[in-house]
Amino acid sequence: MKNRKDLLMEKPGKKLREPISNTNLLMTITICTFIGMYLIAMIAWGGGFLNPQQFLDLFNNNAFLIIIACGLTMVMISGGIDISGGGVTALVTMACVVYLEDHGGTVLGSILMSLGIGLFFGLLHGVLVAYLEIQPFIVTLAGMFFARGMVTIVSIAPRTASHEAFLSLKQMRITIPGLGYYGKTGTFIPAQIELGVVIALIIVIAVAITLKWTRFGRNLYAVGGNSHSALTLGINVKRTKFFAYLLAGILSGIAGYVYLLHTGAGDAANATQAEMQAIASNIIGGTLLTGGVGNVIGTLFGMLSLKTITNIVIASGLTKPYYQSITTGLMLCFFILLQSIILAVREKGAIGVLPEWLRPGKKKN
Amino acid sequence: MGSFFRKLTRSQLAIPLFALLLLVVFNLFRDPEFFSVVIATNNDGNAVLSGNLISILNGASAIAILSIGMTLITSSCKGQDISVAAMAAIAGSVFVSVLRSNEITIPVILLAFLFGCVVSVLFSLFNGVLVAVFKIQPMIATLILFSAGRSIAYWINGGATPTVSSPLLVSIGGFIPGIPIPTPIIIMVVFLVLITLVLKLTNLGLYTQVVGINEGTAHLNGISPVLIKLIAFVISGICVATAGCITVCRIGLINHETLLLDAEMDVILAVAIGGNALSGGKFNIYGSIIGAYIIQALTVTLYAMKVPSAAVKAYKAIVIILIVVVSSPLVKEFVIKLNKKLFRKRAEKDVPVKAS
Repeated sequence: MKNRKDLLMEKPGKKLREPISNTNLLMTITICTFIGMYLIAMIAWGGGFLNPQQFLDLFNNNAFLIIIACGLTMVMISGGIDISGGGVTALVTMACVVYLEDHGGTVLGSILMSLGIGLFFGLLHGVLVAYLEIQPFIVTLAGMFFARGMVTIVSIAPRTASHEAFLSLKQMRITIPGLGYYGKTGTFIPAQIELGVVIALIIVIAVAITLKWTRFGRNLYAVGGNSHSALTLGINVKRTKFFAYLLAGILSGIAGYVYLLHTGAGDAANATQAEMQAIASNIIGGTLLTGGVGNVIGTLFGMLSLKTITNIVIASGLTKPYYQSITTGLMLCFFILLQSIILAVREKGAIGVLPEWLRPGKKKN
Repeated sequence: MGSFFRKLTRSQLAIPLFALLLLVVFNLFRDPEFFSVVIATNNDGNAVLSGNLISILNGASAIAILSIGMTLITSSCKGQDISVAAMAAIAGSVFVSVLRSNEITIPVILLAFLFGCVVSVLFSLFNGVLVAVFKIQPMIATLILFSAGRSIAYWINGGATPTVSSPLLVSIGGFIPGIPIPTPIIIMVVFLVLITLVLKLTNLGLYTQVVGINEGTAHLNGISPVLIKLIAFVISGICVATAGCITVCRIGLINHETLLLDAEMDVILAVAIGGNALSGGKFNIYGSIIGAYIIQALTVTLYAMKVPSAAVKAYKAIVIILIVVVSSPLVKEFVIKLNKKLFRKRAEKDVPVKAS
C-alpha cells in the first residue's frame, strides 16, 4: 500500500496508473482465495478434489444459486436487498411440475410459466420499492413469505416430474472434451455438465456485460453509490431501481427452472435458505450491502469458495452438517473483517490508519 | 377531543393501532364469539383463562420481547439483527444443559437463566463489536451467527433434543397455580415495565435516537456511538435469553432446529409494522409491541379460519404488503395533500365570514 502511494507521489512525469478500484480489489482477493483454497485442497486431500467431475459438480449442484446471486448482485449494487430468491425458486419448481403433470402442459409452457412467475415477483418488488419507497427488506420478505406460502397452496405433497419431453431436457448433458476421470473399473468417464450450468454461465456473462458496458449497469453503480448525486446527474433513480428488482425477479424465475432441471421435483423445502447463501456469496465476492460496489464475477467465485469450503470440511471427515454451517460462519466472518479493514485502510489514505509517529513524510513548514 | 384525535393520527402508532382495530372488527364480524374469554380448568386442575384473545397475547410474548431489543438495535445501528432466533436457540440450549445437570429448583432455574443470559449477551456483543467497532452493516455482521448459531446450539446439546420436565418449568411456560393469567404474559409485562423505566429514567432512549439520526452529531455532543450501540446489543442479548427460556419452558424441550423458527423475520416485521423506520433514528417501543400482537393476531385469525399452517405465510404476506403500502411515505403524502385540500376549502369558507 505504502509503496504504491509513494510511486504515485514521486513520479508525476510518468503516466499515472489508476489505483485499482474497491470493486476490483475485493474481487481479486476472492478469486485468489478460491484458487488458493482449491489448490491446497488438491494437495492436502487429493482424491475427489483431483477429479474434474467434482469441480464441475460445484456448478451442476449450484447453478440455480449462481443465477439467484446474479440477480441479487444487481439489487445489492443499487443499494437494496432481495431475499425472495429461494421462495420464488421453490414456487417455480412446484408450479411447473403441477402444470406439466396435472394440466398436460408443454415444456415451452412451463418455461414461460417460470418466467411469468419471476416477472410477477419482480414487478411487485420493483413497484413497491422504487415507486412507493417501501423498505426493500420488508417488501422482499413479504415476497418470500408469499412465495413459500403459495408453494403449499399449489400442492402440499412433494411432486416429481414424469413428463417425457421435460425428462429428456433434464437428462441432457454436455460433455467437456478432454476432461474426465478413470472409474473403478478403469474405464474413462468424461466429465459432464448439465444444461442449467450453461444457462447460469450465460447469465453471469450477460450480467457482467450489462454492469460494465451498458448505461443501465453504470446507472446502477451511480444510484447505489449515492442516489442524490445520481439524481442530480439526471439519472432516473426510480426507474433504475425498478429494473434492478424486475431483473432479479426474472432471474429468480429462471433459477427455479434450472433447479427443476437439476432435481426434477417440486417440493416446499426446495432451495431452503438459498437467499441467505446468495447474500453470503455476494458478500464474499466483494459486493457491499451499502451499494455502489460489487461485481458479478466476484459473486460467482464467492459462491464457489463457499461450496468448496463445505467440500473441504466434508473431505476432512467432519461430515456432520453443523460443522459445515460453523465453517461457513467463520469464513463469512473472515471475509467481512478483511473487507472492513481494507476499506478502512483505503478510505484513510493507507497511511491514516497507522499511529501518527509511524507515518512517513512529515510536513516541514 | 379533537386535538387528541389529531395527535393520534399524526403519531406513528396510528397505523398499527388502526390495523389491529381492523383485525379485531373483522374477527368480530366473522365470529362474534372470537374474543370471548372463558375460565376453564386445565390438566393440573387450575382455573385458567382461555380463549383466542389469551392465546394471541400468550403466543406473541416471545416475539414482543425480542422486538424490544430489535427496536433499539434498529434505531441505533440503522440495521437489523437477523441472528436473534439462532441466539435464542443457543441461550435455550445453555438453559437446558444447566437444568439437566442439576436438580430443578427455583435457584437453579434462576442460575440457568443467568447462564443463558451471559452466553447470549456475549454472542450479541460479538455482533455488536462487528457492527459498532468494525462498522459492518448489521445484517451482514449478524449473517455469521444466523448461519452458525443453530449449529452451535446443536453442538451444546450434543446432537440431541433433550427434554426437561418439572412443575416449576410448567408454571413459567404455562400457568402459576392460582393465577389465571399465563405466565409469559406476566413476564412480558414486567419486562416492558422495566424497559420503560430504563428509557424514562435514563437518557438511553434519547441517546439511541441521536446516534441513529446522526452519528457525527452524537459524537460531537460527547455521546459515544460505539458505547450506545453496544448497550443496544446487550439489551437485545437479555431479550433473546428471556424469549428463548420462555419458549423452552413452554414446550419442555430444546429443539435447536425449530426453536423460534423464522422468528427473526417476524420480529423485524413487528418493528416495521410498528411504524419504526428500518433505516434507524426515532423509535417507539410500544409500536413494535403492537406490531408483534398484530402478527400473532393475524396468525391466530388465519388458523381459526382453518387455513393450513404452511399456507398461513402467503396470507400473512398479503396483509403485510397492504399495511406497508398504507403506511408508505407516498401514500401518507397523498393523504396529507387530500387533508390540506379539504382544510383549505373549509378555511376559504371561514375567511369571508371573518372579513364581513
